[in-house]
Amino acid sequence: MKYDIVVIGAGIAGLTAAIYGKRAGKNVLVLESRTYGGQIVNTPSIENYPAAMGISGFEFATKIYEQAITLGAEIKFENVMSITDGKIKTVHTNQNDYQSPVVIIATGSKNRQLGLPNEEKLLGKGISYCATCDGAFFKNKVVAVIGGGNTAVEDALYLAGVAQKVYVIHRRNQFSAESVMVEQLQKQPNVEFIFDAQVTELIGEQKLSAININTNNQARIINIDGLFVAVGRVPENEKFANVVTLDQHGYIIAGENCETSAPGIFTAGDCRTKEIRQLVTAAGDGAVAANHAIQYLNQLNQD
Amino acid sequence: MVYQVNEKNFEQEVLAAKELVVVDFNAEWCGPCRMLGPVIEQLAEENQDVKFVSVNVDNSGELAQQFGIQSIPCVVFLKKGEEKTRNVGFAPKSVLENMIKELK
Repeated sequence: MKYDIVVIGAGIAGLTAAIYGKRAGKNVLVLESRTYGGQIVNTPSIENYPAAMGISGFEFATKIYEQAITLGAEIKFENVMSITDGKIKTVHTNQNDYQSPVVIIATGSKNRQLGLPNEEKLLGKGISYCATCDGAFFKNKVVAVIGGGNTAVEDALYLAGVAQKVYVIHRRNQFSAESVMVEQLQKQPNVEFIFDAQVTELIGEQKLSAININTNNQARIINIDGLFVAVGRVPENEKFANVVTLDQHGYIIAGENCETSAPGIFTAGDCRTKEIRQLVTAAGDGAVAANHAIQYLNQLNQD
Repeated sequence: MVYQVNEKNFEQEVLAAKELVVVDFNAEWCGPCRMLGPVIEQLAEENQDVKFVSVNVDNSGELAQQFGIQSIPCVVFLKKGEEKTRNVGFAPKSVLENMIKELK
C-alpha cells in the first residue's frame, strides 16, 4: 500500500503531523501499536496547554484523533517492526508493509523501569508508574516513591494527600525537581526522605510487601504496600537504529527542523533529541516535521 | 453488550456464569480506561459466547479490593467463578483477543 507520508506513532506529535499533512493535500497513514494520544492520556487535567486549561488528557487526545480522522488521515493499529530506507521507504508492521517517500517517526517515550527481578510480575500488584492513576488504591496505606525529578515530587505530593505515609527514595542527596514543589513536599508531615539510596530488591509473591534499599552501603528493608516508580522516561527507537542516527540515550538526533540523518525521514516529539518535552512542543514538532516533509515531497515531485 | 455490575449482582452475573467472563475494572477519571472501553465493547460484539462486564471501582470499591485491584484498567478473566488470568493497563485489541481465544 502506497502513501505520501507514513507517520509512526499516534501521540500528539504524530497526530499533529497527520493534520498538517492532510491539510496540505497529502495521503497520510498513521501507524500506532497501542492506542492514540500517547502519554498525555494518563493526565487527569491539563494545566499548561494554551487555551485548553483543565481538559483531561483523554478528551484532549480524542479531539486531536477525531480532527485527524475528519481531515482524512488513515489510522491503523499495527505494530511497526522496522523501516527499509531508500528513495521510497518501506515501513514493516506485524501485519503489512507500507510504502512512502516520507516517514515521520513520532514514537514518544516510555517509563524507565528499575530493572529489578519481580518488577513486571508485581506491576499492578503494588508497583505502579502512575500515581494519579493508581494512588487512590493506596488510601491510608504506606507507599514509597522512587526518583528525584518533577514527576517523582509531584507523585509524592499527590500521594501525601492520600496515603498514610510516603517514603521518598532518591539516589542523590538533592532533588532535580522545581524548588517550589520540593518546598511544598518538605512541609508534608507524613513524608520521609531517604537520600543516597537505591532500591535493590522488590519483595513479595502475590503482591508487593517490602523493598530492600541500599543506603550508604547499608541494607534496609522497608515495609510498604505500594511503590511508585518515577525515574524518568526512555525512548523506544532501537528498531530504527539501522536507518537513523541515535544519541547515546537512544533519542533520534534531530534539530528544531526535525530532520534526521536520513533524507526523507523526519522525527517529532519526545523521541527526538530536544530540551523541552512538553505537550505543546510535541504539537509544535508535529507541525514542523510535517511541513519539512511536505517540502521534501514537493521537491521530489519536481525532480 | 457490556453489562455494568456491582456488589449486588456480581455473584449471579459473574461467579455463577457458565461461560468465560471478562471483567473490566475501570473508573471515569482514568484515561487509559476510557481508551480501553470501546475495545471491550468491540470484543463483546465479536464474541457473543463470552460475557463482558464492567466494574466501576469508585462505585464498587469492595469488588476492586476483593480482586486486589491496585492499578486500572485491569481486565480479569474468569471461568466458573475462578480467575484464570488478568491484564493490567491498556492492551490493544489483538492482545485481549488472543487471551480470550486461549480461554474460550
